[in-house]
Amino acid sequence: MSRRMFLRSLYQIKSLSRSSGLAAFQPLLHNRPYATTRQPAASASSLNQTELAKFAAIADSWWDAEGPFKPLHVMNPTRIAFLRSTLCRHFGKDPFSVRPFEGLKFVDVGCGGGILSEPLARMGASVTGIDAVEKNIKIARLHADLDPVASSIKYRCTTAENLVEEQMKFDAVIALEVIEHVADPAEFCKSLSALTVTNGATVVSTINRSMRAYATAIIAAEYILHWLPKGTHQWSSFLTPEELVMILQRASISVEEMAGFAYDPLTGQWSLTDDIGVNFIAFGIKNSL
Amino acid sequence: MRPAFGSVNEPRISENQLPPLSCSIIEHSGDMSRLIATIRLASNIFVPRLATRTFCTDAPEKLNDVPSGSHSNKEPNDDEGLPQHDIAIVGGGMVGMALACSLASMPLTKHLSIAIIDSNPALSNGPVIKKDDPPDPRVSTVTPATISLFKDIGAWEYVEQHRHAYFDKMQVWDYTGFGYTRYNARDADKDVLGCVVENKVLHKSLLSCLQNKDIKNTIYPTRLSSISLPTRSSVSSAGASASNISTKNLANLAKLDLSDGTNLYAKLVVGADGSKSRVRELAGIKTTGWNYSQSAVICTVEHPTENFCAWQRFLPAGPIALLPIGDNFSNIVWTMSPKDASNHKIMNEDDFVKAVNHALDFGHGPRPESRVFGGDVISSFFRPDVTSSVHERFEPPPKVLKLASDRMAFPLSLMHANQYASKRVVLIGDAAHTVHPLAGQGVNMGYGDVSSLLNVIADGVAVGSDIGEVTLLKKYEADRKTANITMMAVLDGFQKAYSVDFGPVNILRAAAFNGANVFAPLKRNIISYASGELRLPFLS
Repeated sequence: MSRRMFLRSLYQIKSLSRSSGLAAFQPLLHNRPYATTRQPAASASSLNQTELAKFAAIADSWWDAEGPFKPLHVMNPTRIAFLRSTLCRHFGKDPFSVRPFEGLKFVDVGCGGGILSEPLARMGASVTGIDAVEKNIKIARLHADLDPVASSIKYRCTTAENLVEEQMKFDAVIALEVIEHVADPAEFCKSLSALTVTNGATVVSTINRSMRAYATAIIAAEYILHWLPKGTHQWSSFLTPEELVMILQRASISVEEMAGFAYDPLTGQWSLTDDIGVNFIAFGIKNSL
Repeated sequence: MRPAFGSVNEPRISENQLPPLSCSIIEHSGDMSRLIATIRLASNIFVPRLATRTFCTDAPEKLNDVPSGSHSNKEPNDDEGLPQHDIAIVGGGMVGMALACSLASMPLTKHLSIAIIDSNPALSNGPVIKKDDPPDPRVSTVTPATISLFKDIGAWEYVEQHRHAYFDKMQVWDYTGFGYTRYNARDADKDVLGCVVENKVLHKSLLSCLQNKDIKNTIYPTRLSSISLPTRSSVSSAGASASNISTKNLANLAKLDLSDGTNLYAKLVVGADGSKSRVRELAGIKTTGWNYSQSAVICTVEHPTENFCAWQRFLPAGPIALLPIGDNFSNIVWTMSPKDASNHKIMNEDDFVKAVNHALDFGHGPRPESRVFGGDVISSFFRPDVTSSVHERFEPPPKVLKLASDRMAFPLSLMHANQYASKRVVLIGDAAHTVHPLAGQGVNMGYGDVSSLLNVIADGVAVGSDIGEVTLLKKYEADRKTANITMMAVLDGFQKAYSVDFGPVNILRAAAFNGANVFAPLKRNIISYASGELRLPFLS
């Protein structure tokens, strides 16, 4: 997609979210095959038990750069580059500083083994990492203790909703590659929003629900190249960028920037691109109410 | 003798930092012996208390199961007091020092603490180079790409204060007399083809540059004896059994044992210690390569007038090169068989000078004829597109008057390390690759490695990576391996092409030679590639 087409589509997405005629998108969000029934509001949770079990099974290999999490390790520097540029710009920090996030509080929702939390801590942020799988938190803590800078990360085995109940607030709430595994993305986004301070940042990344994504992220990645174990992703759980912007808008977060990740098979490197057809990441700001 | 630079020291965990429980016991006891007993008791309790503070209170952790007795039985771990550095550069030669200086000059990397391990006394308190020192025969031809690296790190101004020689012309021919090539920097729209500088000048300039920079560096004037690198099992066993966070951290770093008994920890070990690299050996990285059945004799000679051109004549046994180094001096690099090399090294000076003049001019074959442009059918076909140097006549090289330094002889070989990077170890410069000196590329490939590694480390720091991670270092390897192997293939090709003395091969070779001279785009490509601007030849 050319730059102009991308900007035009981002504008369309934003205006779409602001308009009221959104009924057409609604059914898709609730059409989740493994969704648990909606629980009473007091203990509302966006967890999906089958998804949790999938991750618990391969938890030991989080930090094996050649294991089942290899694609995440390879993609990590690209995601962090996006975080670095958008968050430095948003918080007015010097992008050439070694620890630009000094003094900021971040939460990594669905931190897994801490692949994202550790670099963010090295960049100066005080990071809280949360995950619903106990094993992941154990692995994350063990690995973080190997580096004195990373050992300042607070890992907790809990959910975003519990943190909301504790009334915790963060300067930036980051949930990368998580929303496609939760049962109720709209509720999840509301929790993310509640955790963000006013004018704070919320960053969500996921995979687009497009034909190309089915071909690359599911067929190619799981069945042909065996990058991911089969069944890691369900195509119907993916969100399109329009849907993500809309549910974030409903949760008082306006998406300011969006980018895609492209993989070059010749060099084996990921890069940031305007093409949001497969993997994409969205940076939003919490509106002042 | 410890140098004056600062070094990083980890604070020791002292007995003063007792947890609150034991403090209250001490308050209530007035007796010295009871105090000592409570301190011992406190150290036994210290293990699980620390564990519960750092781990989830939801579920009991495996670490709580460590029996408290085992901690007091272990001897106190004195590794906590050892210096920890971010990068340990083993080998403070031209390439190692360039890496240190360039890390110091980039904003993202200048906070890193660097240790340089080299037993060369020149690093600590080397003598100042005086202007009227006789020239050293060990010189390097630096390409424009290397000159811009030096300018970026701020070291080139020091080089210009000492003897150095830019050259913008080059003439290459062989003993068959079939043709000659003249390269001029103007063919590729440049000012210079390169600059010839003595190695000690390059080294001293980098050292001065580093001393003036504001970066934490420590020079260890000793040799490396061994390295312990973290393996998965050592890291996980440290994680399961150690009580201290700092000890767990140390198990994940590389530990260097130096020959004078000091030890230090580093996140990344850079092997810049030359072709017989100890780091490469300790990391278990194998090499591929072969010896050329040739040795190079090097020395400095004097001319009646100044020399501004680089000359290279290919002889049956190997090329002889004459490179200007400033004032009226030039450097000779003469490749020949090892037996001849030892003869030439010991023969008396006048005979040697006669042999050099003979090799440069009339020896082994005639001078090529000067090409008069327009007379040749093929050349006139390309008339609009030729470079100005095609017009130039063949110039005989300047006469050598006398020898100005000792002669040295070195065996030549090709070597390439199978990998440039493994966990917490990376190789640069001659430790990773050595080549034939026939195109003056060896050290320039090393400086290319320095640029690439610098960018990779800076990118890693920008996204908060651990700089010793293999995935990051493999990016450097992927970048440099292709470029280095291509250059080595080209040079090896030249070496093999010129080692055959067989009529038809000579003619083919000369035809290719002349083609390279006349074809302007090819000539520009060759000059750009040799100047370090192009990563790969023929792909512009």
